[in-house]
Amino acid sequence: MHPAFSVIFLTTLIGVGQGLFLALFTAQTYALFDLLPQQDSHAFYAHGSILALLFLIGGLIASFFHLGRPERAWRSATQWRTSWLSREVIVLPAFMGMVFLYGLAHFFECKPVLATLPSGIAIDLTVVIGTIAWLLAFALYVCTGMIYACLRFLREWYSSLTVINYILLGGASGFTLATVFAAVAAPELVRFFAGWAIIITLLGLVSRVASLIRNARLKPKSTLQTAIGIKHPKIVQKTQGFMGGSFNTREFFHGRSAAFLRSIKWIFLLTAFVVPVLLLATGLSGVAATELLLLAFVVQYLGLMAERWFFFAQANHPQNLYYQAIG
Amino acid sequence: MTQLALVIDLNVCVGCHACVTSCKEWNTSGAAGPMVDQNPYGKDPTGTFFNRVQTFEVGEFPNTETVHFPKSCLHCEDPPCVPVCPTGASYKRKEDGIVLVDYDKCIGCKYCSWACPYGMREFDEAQKVMKKCTLCVDRLYDPQMTEEERRPACVRACPTSARLYGDIHDPESAVSHAIREAGGYQLMPEWGASPANHYLPRRKTTLRLRHDEIERADNPLKVDGLLPKPGKSEPSLDDVTTW
Amino acid sequence: MPASPAPAPVTEIKNTTCYMCACRCGIRVHLRDGQVRFIDGNPNHPLNKGVICAKGSSGIMKQYSPARLTQPLRRKPGADRGVGEFEPISWEEAFTILTERLAKIRATDPKKFALFTGRDQMQALTGLFARQFGTPNYAAHGGLCSVNMAAGMIYTIGGSFWEFGGPDLDRSKLFVMIGTAEDHHSNPLKIAISKFKRDGGRFISINPVRSGYSAIADEWVPIRPGTDGALLLAFIHEIIALGLYDREFLVRYSNAGQLVNVAADCDEFGMFLRTEVPEEEACYDPQNKLWWDRATNKPVVTHTQGTDPFLRGEFKLKDGTPVKPAFQLLQERVKNYTPEWAEGVTGIPAATIRRLAREMGVTARDQKIELPIAWTDSWGVEHDTVTGNPVSFHAMRGLAAHSNGFQTIRALAILMSLLGTIDRPGGFRHKVPFPRPIPPCARTPNTPLAIKPNHPLDGLALGWPSDPDDLFVDEQGKPVRIDKGFSWEYPLSVHGLMQNVITNAWRGDPYTIDTLLIFMSNMAWNSTMNAVEVRKMLNDKNEDGEYKIPFLVVCDAFQSEMTAFADLILPDTTYLERHDVMSMLDRPISEFDGPMDAVRIPVVPPLGDCKPFQEVLIEIGARLKLPVFVNKDGTRKYRDYPDFIVNYETEPGSGIGFLSGWRGKGGEKFMRGEPNPSQWEMYAKNDCVFHYELPKSYQYMRNWNQGYLEWSQRNRITRYAEPILIHIYSEVLQKFRSAAEGKGLTRKPPEHLKKRVATYFDPLPFYYETLEAQATDKHKYPLCAVTQRPMAMYHSWDSQNAWLRQIHAHNYLYVNTQTARVAGIDDGDWIWVESQWGKVKCMAKHSEAVEPGTVWTWNAIGKAAGSWNLTPDANESQKGFLLNHLISEELPASVDQAGLGMLSNSDPITGQAAWYDVRVRIYKVGAGETAQTAPQFDVVKPYPGQSERKSVWNYFAGKNK
Repeated sequence: MHPAFSVIFLTTLIGVGQGLFLALFTAQTYALFDLLPQQDSHAFYAHGSILALLFLIGGLIASFFHLGRPERAWRSATQWRTSWLSREVIVLPAFMGMVFLYGLAHFFECKPVLATLPSGIAIDLTVVIGTIAWLLAFALYVCTGMIYACLRFLREWYSSLTVINYILLGGASGFTLATVFAAVAAPELVRFFAGWAIIITLLGLVSRVASLIRNARLKPKSTLQTAIGIKHPKIVQKTQGFMGGSFNTREFFHGRSAAFLRSIKWIFLLTAFVVPVLLLATGLSGVAATELLLLAFVVQYLGLMAERWFFFAQANHPQNLYYQAIG
Repeated sequence: MTQLALVIDLNVCVGCHACVTSCKEWNTSGAAGPMVDQNPYGKDPTGTFFNRVQTFEVGEFPNTETVHFPKSCLHCEDPPCVPVCPTGASYKRKEDGIVLVDYDKCIGCKYCSWACPYGMREFDEAQKVMKKCTLCVDRLYDPQMTEEERRPACVRACPTSARLYGDIHDPESAVSHAIREAGGYQLMPEWGASPANHYLPRRKTTLRLRHDEIERADNPLKVDGLLPKPGKSEPSLDDVTTW
Repeated sequence: MPASPAPAPVTEIKNTTCYMCACRCGIRVHLRDGQVRFIDGNPNHPLNKGVICAKGSSGIMKQYSPARLTQPLRRKPGADRGVGEFEPISWEEAFTILTERLAKIRATDPKKFALFTGRDQMQALTGLFARQFGTPNYAAHGGLCSVNMAAGMIYTIGGSFWEFGGPDLDRSKLFVMIGTAEDHHSNPLKIAISKFKRDGGRFISINPVRSGYSAIADEWVPIRPGTDGALLLAFIHEIIALGLYDREFLVRYSNAGQLVNVAADCDEFGMFLRTEVPEEEACYDPQNKLWWDRATNKPVVTHTQGTDPFLRGEFKLKDGTPVKPAFQLLQERVKNYTPEWAEGVTGIPAATIRRLAREMGVTARDQKIELPIAWTDSWGVEHDTVTGNPVSFHAMRGLAAHSNGFQTIRALAILMSLLGTIDRPGGFRHKVPFPRPIPPCARTPNTPLAIKPNHPLDGLALGWPSDPDDLFVDEQGKPVRIDKGFSWEYPLSVHGLMQNVITNAWRGDPYTIDTLLIFMSNMAWNSTMNAVEVRKMLNDKNEDGEYKIPFLVVCDAFQSEMTAFADLILPDTTYLERHDVMSMLDRPISEFDGPMDAVRIPVVPPLGDCKPFQEVLIEIGARLKLPVFVNKDGTRKYRDYPDFIVNYETEPGSGIGFLSGWRGKGGEKFMRGEPNPSQWEMYAKNDCVFHYELPKSYQYMRNWNQGYLEWSQRNRITRYAEPILIHIYSEVLQKFRSAAEGKGLTRKPPEHLKKRVATYFDPLPFYYETLEAQATDKHKYPLCAVTQRPMAMYHSWDSQNAWLRQIHAHNYLYVNTQTARVAGIDDGDWIWVESQWGKVKCMAKHSEAVEPGTVWTWNAIGKAAGSWNLTPDANESQKGFLLNHLISEELPASVDQAGLGMLSNSDPITGQAAWYDVRVRIYKVGAGETAQTAPQFDVVKPYPGQSERKSVWNYFAGKNK
């Protein structure tokens, strides 16, 4: 497939936004159980939510660049029964709305206690909103992942690993950003976030490598033989029927060499996983400079863009069998 | 239930591209139009076409087959491009099985094209919506046309009548006969999309020669092998020997 | 009151005839608010029956192309030819310039004006104009196209492929296609091949390349280019050796049994024996030849009732003259042309050759067709049935465009005749106005005295020589025509040699000319050989600063490479804007079952100031007062072209005009009849086509069908109604050979051409290596290079067509994969292709569908930068290439004798351009060489009056005004 930058930005940016929110709400939940110190609603949760929202809005804007007719985007919410894309279109704004409410509630410290657990822990409004948003964040990861994972003939994508990767890679980048954010807004949480960021990044590495290994072993189900229905071991296309390119050649081919693809693979393995983990490790020591943590996030984000580029480029659409030669 | 479709006979397709441009011609000024052409007089001209003819070489010299392969939307019975559409712009008509795009609903997200294993959809770079073969739906039911005309433009144009058109669910239709009797097959059956369009394979006519067919009683050599008898007065042994 | 809705678009459908290629299908043009919305095939049209091809469907893009020329243009003073600097002028100025110049030429030396035309389908009018002008220098493009096909077959069976005849695939069982470009007679042939295959026929394709029609053949037989003659002779060898020929057919309908004088020292050597029989009045080919009767063992007049000739043997007449039947000579000729021999020449295994010959012979013999159609032959014998031997052939330029093509095609026609397939069901069938006598009766003058100032030419500019006295030469035997047609160099050049006009005129050999008018032919590019040098010649000047070809006029609808060299450009219309006729006087579109002609009627108004070339000719004709175009008092006779078509008669009161349908005052007659003022309307009402179906008994065996021949004579299609015997043995050729050998009373060739004429004018077909191959170091240049014409393009016409050029934007050189690997060439590599005449840089593509000794490319896709109003970086000029640069228009007259000058690179008999003879080598480009085709030429700018090149086009008829 041809990696479209609109989609690369969309998926990576909202991945960060979702992950950051998850990190914030994880911290709040820990604090609820007194496992972490309480943080200032205003400075930490509200500002953190704004930061998450900025990434989500960035992703949303990017998504419009992918549409031929963005003015009709509202129509895309109608087919949620069958289309994962439609579901994403519903879940994304819903999630953004909940993050907004979550931040708003924190901002105005509007935290009426709605229930109290038997253990005496008070469940206030932010916890309820946060829980809903927490569910939506996961739903959004699943929708995004399933957009790709449901296409059965794009076999590189047609795997539960696709969804898991979207969750883990988005989560990792969000927790890394949370680490940076904590370094500024809540230094005592740096180790907590850095620890989780490292864990999720490493889990992401495992699942991403697993999908690389899986994809490397894939044998194409469609061949020129099935594509044109002729049983002969040697079939070569001489012309695809036109010479100046078409949608088929622009949308489904990355146009790069295999060597380029390989180098992108190694680049993203290093930059999305290895380098950020090493940089985050300095945060674990508790003496980390904010700059190093920021670097960790930037490197990881760029790495994830490379990862996403590779994710699209590696997917070999069966239609490409029909578009091998001009003549 | 009706399922209109094309059956493409590779046994007679000579690769002339008549279907390609007749399709473009009908549709660019029709319901699907205009169909943009970019750089029409410049470098790497490209445009929206619903139908292409490709060429493949099968085998190695001298046992080579050159196969011309027309390619357009297959109007799958279970079209994978339809359920993924987030707006419902992509749909399959109940009444005749034609898969269409409602251009007024399409947001141009191209997701349906990803979901088509065959690469049969074309994004129009000018109108920014997804387009595809309509089976000339704006011809098929036009009461102002004669019955002969109420067929897809490509089918009418095809000089070798390599494109058959009809209802593949009607077992008595010409297309159903062709599929049954001439080995009609579907492309990429592995995806289970059940394309309505079928292809008919190459079929060979050979001639078996038997040796005794050469030697026949009426072989003209029996006449032409007979040269004139020599004249009686020409020299012979009778002139010189007596025994 | 509700607001009135937008007015509904005005839609209408108009019938006319296609001209996206030379096939001439019936089309219906659908208009919406005056713009072309859709062009489809006319289902009522007998030719295409409703189908249409890729080109026909793209007529819209031709109509609205930015390459259209819209006003008369004059080369800017001081600008060189070829750079395309023009200024617009009015038609009145253009006519004045032309008339003044031409009047002066006509009053002094009419041959200084030369008119040569492309594939224009209006040769009857252009030829009439040239003749009226008085110049012999007129021809259409036949010499550079397929004249070998026409001449080889017409000199053998009195008919030819395509317009004049073709394979009866409706009843055929075995179809052999050999050397066929995919476009000729394209839609009807496609319809027929498809039906043939569905009916279970067996289809064999013999071709170096497997593309197009060959793709769907049941068997592909790859052959080395230029060796078809060897294959066909080996087939003949097998057919005769096995007795698979149709003896009865040959005896009765060919000259196979006729006795040939074989007394070597006799003046009459090689001529048929003739006897005194009472000659009919005005007889063309008296039936006075002899057979040797098997029953009486005596010579008898052919076709004497109750006799049957020997086909083999040698006999002595009473006077001691040794004679042999023609068939005996043929058998002797092919004795050594064994399949094993042919294998070495053609690359086709001997076993395959044997098998194919047997398939042909056995199918022809054992699958005979008997149609219950009674007919009477020319000798008065009544037949209850028509027999058919269902083996058919089709051939075109692959055979024709070689310097041995004439003899190859003679061999093909003889093979078809041996199988008994001429004008019979399932075989070859003629189309009216063929068959014609062998050769047809038209003659050129045979002396330069026929050219007189201010007089029409005394004779036709093109004709069919029957002996050396028919040649158009002066007393020294030198050519009279600028292209040296009908000279001793190319005696049977029945379509002229357009390919040599520019070179000859530039060199002044045989003489210089003043004005060259080219209509619709790209002689500075794909229609010329040696394009690089020819472009220089067009721009070359004498020492006095005058151009070597002083005045160049080009008429075309589009900005071609040729228009850039014009001094005066006359903008033609497209086919949708004009009246036209597919005339019986020219190349009509007849079917096997009877004559058919057609018309074009304008469906849209002309763009800008463009004007149909026919109108230009009639206007100039009237201004020059050419007799046909003016009344006795010198006033203009015809209002316009439609008026001319209706009212012109070949002779006053002849009743023969350009159109054969709806003649007579009320349209009640056909073929002959008085002018009908409503003729155009009647054509318009009848799908623009006139088709007369002959009675069944006139549809077959027409060479010898008394009924048909008399019908043809009564309708003045032919002057004679004599049987047209197949020339297994060609006495016509022998007459030229005899002259070259100093025999007979006819004119003799000049000394230096005697050997050439004696060699090639063999009365029996023979195989010789092409002239270029004879003159080439084949170790250095081991590969044959040929072109094929893609089905979606017609010559160079369609690169300006926005839809078609997306299919073929540039071309590759296809090389057999193994051949390429040996040369170290990968798929897609840039390579040099080099002949001994030039070299071209292009991209290679591997292919398994090409014979290893052949490389090929699509014809005429490559363009000069900027021409056809494409952008200078268009694929056509940057990646596309022209093979023409590798082909020379001339060869040394003698391989072993220097100093004899140059001869056209063409068939020594017919002057057919030998496009496919060139030998090349290929090698990878050096490191650092640019990825751009070479040679390159200066970019041509758009001309005044051309519309802008759109960069994005959303065509929607009726909304784009």
